[in-house]
Amino acid sequence: MAGRHWRGSRAVVTTPFHQPSEIQRGRIAYRRRQTIRSVLLAALSTGIVGVLLAVAVTGAPGWERVKQSFFSPEVAWRYLPEILDGLWLNVRLLVVCAGLALALGLLIATLRTLRGPVFFPVRALATGYTYTFRGLPLIIVIYLMAFGIPGLRLQGTPGVLVLGGAALVITYGAYLAEVFRAGIESVHPSQLAAARSLGLTYRQTMRHVVLPQAIRRVAPPLLNDTVALQKDVGLVSLAGPIDAVRAAQIGVAQDANYTPYIVAGVLFVLLALPLIGVTDWVTLRAARRQSAGS
Amino acid sequence: MLLSCENVRKTFGTTVVLDDLSLRVDEHQVVALIGASGSGKSTLLRCVNLLTDIDDGTIRLDGEDITDPRVDPDEVRQRIGMVFQSYNLFPHMTVLRNITLAPERVHRRPAAEIREQAMEWLGRVGLADKADSYPDRLSGGQQQRVAIVRSLVNSPRLLLLDEVTSALDPELVGEVLTMIRGLKDEGMTMVLATHEMGFARQVADQVVFLDGGRVLEAGPPERVLGDPTEPRTRQFLARIIEAGRL
Repeated sequence: MAGRHWRGSRAVVTTPFHQPSEIQRGRIAYRRRQTIRSVLLAALSTGIVGVLLAVAVTGAPGWERVKQSFFSPEVAWRYLPEILDGLWLNVRLLVVCAGLALALGLLIATLRTLRGPVFFPVRALATGYTYTFRGLPLIIVIYLMAFGIPGLRLQGTPGVLVLGGAALVITYGAYLAEVFRAGIESVHPSQLAAARSLGLTYRQTMRHVVLPQAIRRVAPPLLNDTVALQKDVGLVSLAGPIDAVRAAQIGVAQDANYTPYIVAGVLFVLLALPLIGVTDWVTLRAARRQSAGS
Repeated sequence: MLLSCENVRKTFGTTVVLDDLSLRVDEHQVVALIGASGSGKSTLLRCVNLLTDIDDGTIRLDGEDITDPRVDPDEVRQRIGMVFQSYNLFPHMTVLRNITLAPERVHRRPAAEIREQAMEWLGRVGLADKADSYPDRLSGGQQQRVAIVRSLVNSPRLLLLDEVTSALDPELVGEVLTMIRGLKDEGMTMVLATHEMGFARQVADQVVFLDGGRVLEAGPPERVLGDPTEPRTRQFLARIIEAGRL
């Protein structure tokens, strides 16, 4: 037991040395043996599965050809710089689109909570928007934006990159709006009652009490959607800009070899890893806080 | 007369929660609402604070009809403090921020002055060292005392207390009741829904027994709790005594 002793005006906290009992030492030793056993077992089974997989793939009749046309080191090396250049475009597009989609999603979710008959058209529009763009395939939105809008021949039509990015923002904004809305609805009505009873207006209640709690609660799913957005950023290549996927496609066409796709794929995974790590960490933290009963 | 409820009626679907209920509260008076669960105590408090719309009747605060649809409910709530059974502190804000939010945003008073006042209040209830803690770090009794302080910094005309000790462990009830007793001594007008009959007897000027959304019996605590005339009141008190709560 830790004790608190007062010496003059200074508090000194001491923890007396505790010698584990015979029975506790036995338990510790048993647990250690169990741990060693599980680690060994896990290593053994991983090794066996790995060997089996390797034998199955490399022993396949077409392995030699697949190795040549998908895993050629020279081809990979030759196109790496161009694919990396393209990836830089993906990264910039991701940062801009993620920021805009989050803002749009939050705006739409907030609009859907507005009450009063004056706001009926706003609510209806926001609801219609989320229904439409959650159902509409992203590829179709990209085609509509990148080829449809320039077809109008309006003055000052932005380039395909901006239009493709806008398609991503519009589509993901609809998903994120639903996540935000779920968060807003998860805040207990008693929090609203408390805020309103203090004289806060509905808007002040949303801004200071509901939204901060809602956003904290939905941070893990929001980040998860951002990971999904990161992959889908590659789809703007359909509209023409040379991003990583487009650069790989050009390489594939020139050499009749699929290795550039593998290179682009690996780079996308590497790019996603930090974000996935952050998502897992935030989710774990949220779960811990919930189980702590806050 | 500070608050008056005249023939108030409230229904949820087909359930009549408040049935032609009338009640008057004078300034500096403490009124205790007692009655079984579902008798309408909490609903009445929520109606007075305009958190729930009434279906008929009139509620007046300082003579003004606050149930008139042209009245701004936010403005009315600024004059009424309310404390809830489950504290309802904002979990993402520190204790101090919980208290200063409304004065800062609603009453637009200078931040330094609000802070000073909040710290003074926290000091008075022995929670000055918790100012920067988050609510989940506090015991139930401490949270409820913070909730009471939060409802007081707006200097309300009337304080509504909705079973503020019902969620607390028995040994934490005392600290909250002591605080409420202190408010009575300072002349705060209060309406409290409670199951603490002993406390109601000590602190209330008037005890109101609600049954099925009606005022069945009202009067000084010695009479309503000591010598009730209505058989329903006797029955209710007998059950409370049986449960060891009086």
